[in-house]
Amino acid sequence: MKETPLSNCERRFLLRAIEEKKRLDGRQTYDYRNIKISFGTDYGCCVVELGKTRVLGQVSCELVSPKLNRATEGILFFNLELSQMAAPAFEPGRQSDLLVKLNRLLERCLRNSKCIDTESLCVVAGEKVWQIRVDLHLLNHDGNIIDAASIAAVVALCHFRRPDVSVQGDEVTLYTPEERDPVPLSIHHMPICVSFAFFQQGTYLLVDPNEREERVMDGLLVLAMNKHREICTIQSSGGIMLLKEQVLRCSKIAGVKVAEITELIQKALENDQKVRKEGGKFGFAESIANQRITAFKMEKAPIDTSDVEEKAEEIIAEAEPPSEVVSKPVLWTPGTAQIGEGIENSWGDLEDSEKEDEDEGGSDEAIILDSITMDTGVEVSNIGSQDAPIVLSDSEEEEMIILEPDKNPKKIRTKTISAKQEKAPSKKPVKKRKKKRPAN
Amino acid sequence: MAEAAAVVAESLAGGRARAARTVLDQVVLPGEELLLPEQEDADGPGGAGERPLRLNAGARARVRVVCGPGLRRCGDRLLVTKCGRLRHKEPGGGSGGGVYWVDSQQKRYVPVKGDHVIGIVTAKSGDIFKVDVGGSEPASLSYLAFEGATKRNRPNVQVGDLIYGQFVVANKDMEPEMVCIDSCGRANGMGVIGQDGLLFKVTLGLIRKLLAPDCEILQEVGKLYPLEIVFGMNGRIWVKAKTIQQTLILANILEACEHMTADQRKQIFSRLAES
Repeated sequence: MKETPLSNCERRFLLRAIEEKKRLDGRQTYDYRNIKISFGTDYGCCVVELGKTRVLGQVSCELVSPKLNRATEGILFFNLELSQMAAPAFEPGRQSDLLVKLNRLLERCLRNSKCIDTESLCVVAGEKVWQIRVDLHLLNHDGNIIDAASIAAVVALCHFRRPDVSVQGDEVTLYTPEERDPVPLSIHHMPICVSFAFFQQGTYLLVDPNEREERVMDGLLVLAMNKHREICTIQSSGGIMLLKEQVLRCSKIAGVKVAEITELIQKALENDQKVRKEGGKFGFAESIANQRITAFKMEKAPIDTSDVEEKAEEIIAEAEPPSEVVSKPVLWTPGTAQIGEGIENSWGDLEDSEKEDEDEGGSDEAIILDSITMDTGVEVSNIGSQDAPIVLSDSEEEEMIILEPDKNPKKIRTKTISAKQEKAPSKKPVKKRKKKRPAN
Repeated sequence: MAEAAAVVAESLAGGRARAARTVLDQVVLPGEELLLPEQEDADGPGGAGERPLRLNAGARARVRVVCGPGLRRCGDRLLVTKCGRLRHKEPGGGSGGGVYWVDSQQKRYVPVKGDHVIGIVTAKSGDIFKVDVGGSEPASLSYLAFEGATKRNRPNVQVGDLIYGQFVVANKDMEPEMVCIDSCGRANGMGVIGQDGLLFKVTLGLIRKLLAPDCEILQEVGKLYPLEIVFGMNGRIWVKAKTIQQTLILANILEACEHMTADQRKQIFSRLAES
């Protein structure tokens, strides 16, 4: 599918906003969007979110024979994929110019900067080395793919654990995670890309351009740097002339940003480590924020709960007190004790009283409704010249009358209160009747 | 959510068509079959059981039922094609029938005849413009479909311009066609949208909510700043206020409205009104 074109009006607005030092999402010139790092259940799997741009990183390893000219070095392989899921304009199965450019930049940033100790990946010189493969998938495209991808690659590599191996003579033993803990890769430093977008022939500069800003920019400068302020890669595209001061200023900004991002990465890795150690819940499912569509949601109607507490206390007071529970431990032999055996079970009683507690909200409402329906009941009965005298009061007996089957008000009541009454359990009236009998 | 889950479980376990009337405002799933009220009567309470022969079957009063988005007629059956909540609107007369549709959450627009949309002109070829409306295919717009346009008096439309128009042809098998005039030949607000202002995209659900007659958000927004705003049913909103700052605020508020509760929204609006 074709890419949605950018209208003249958007272009004009964006450029004017940039001139006024404003951005669509309310950021300042040098602000990054929010970065969120979440880890999958397996080692070496992570999702990095940079605003709405999301990149999935997955690291895998394999024992292969090394390249002939580098017999003692492991192999690193990077692959970024732009799927159609990210944006409809990406065509599947075709190497677009953008993709080639991004892949090349990633390789330069991560492999050529020697951030991973490839010699430590050697198992048997000239015969067996580890091949580490980093797969990056763009899940959603909202600009600045390269920054998100480089963070995802670094995070996934830091998070990854390869199976442990041992070499005895000619024999290479590969241990499963159960036999021996997998070992992390040795990482020298973390190179991170920082993108700068230039507008109006380099007059204006923005850090972390989003998709629409990328469309109107004149040029892009990508600086890869680690937290020791060592530049790993620098690439300028778009064909604009940059002054020396501009590049120096960018490198200063990049230094600050990289330090912040590195700290964030380390914090995320520590958190994940801690959660795994404590046996808590981890994985993507845990880290997805649930967003609810709340526009035009109906607000709940307020319910009068002023005398709920008194009612509850009344009901509790009326209920039979639970039988005494003897919970003294019985010591059979030293080291063996028993609690509660042979003593009358008091669970049922407890449950009963609890249920009544729960009921009170519903019954309370029913009572309020009762008094309302009683009014209508009186009217009807007066018209119908019923002989049963009905006294209007809030006493419990009054409610009992309503519940009795043959009286006239009951019909009205069942009509007016449909669901509430059906739900309200019959337990309560029964209880009350019990109570009343001794009183009579 | 528990309610939705229960409904899902029920519908999967039953595997039988449910009466549309009983599942109003509940979640329906693609592939589910619904029974319209008159079918319900014909089938009796047992649903799709044996149907008794009726001599006057054809003489029954016909009710007009319209299947909105998310529902599809398949012979005598009514199938759900989208996941969402089933909605119903009684007709003016109020004697059965009416419109049924599924309120779903999606971003991809599918052209519908009669919808007012905002498009971007992508190409001028001969006497038609190609307009991107966010659908699977660009729509075509004749240069004569503007108010006061004649063969000599062509409208001034450039590539990249924004167009507010209406669909007159929108089939699944044909290229959609837009016009910028109503049936009387009047512009009626349609046409090329000015050069300033900001275009942004929201979900289709939000647009429908914002365009609902009893929408509070719009009234609240209107109290904030004087503004010009155009809603396209294809999820595009064009907004223009006096300054860039105000336009940005309005755009961000409208985007954020979807995930805010009424209280949060009121707070934000009151805070903005103060500043």
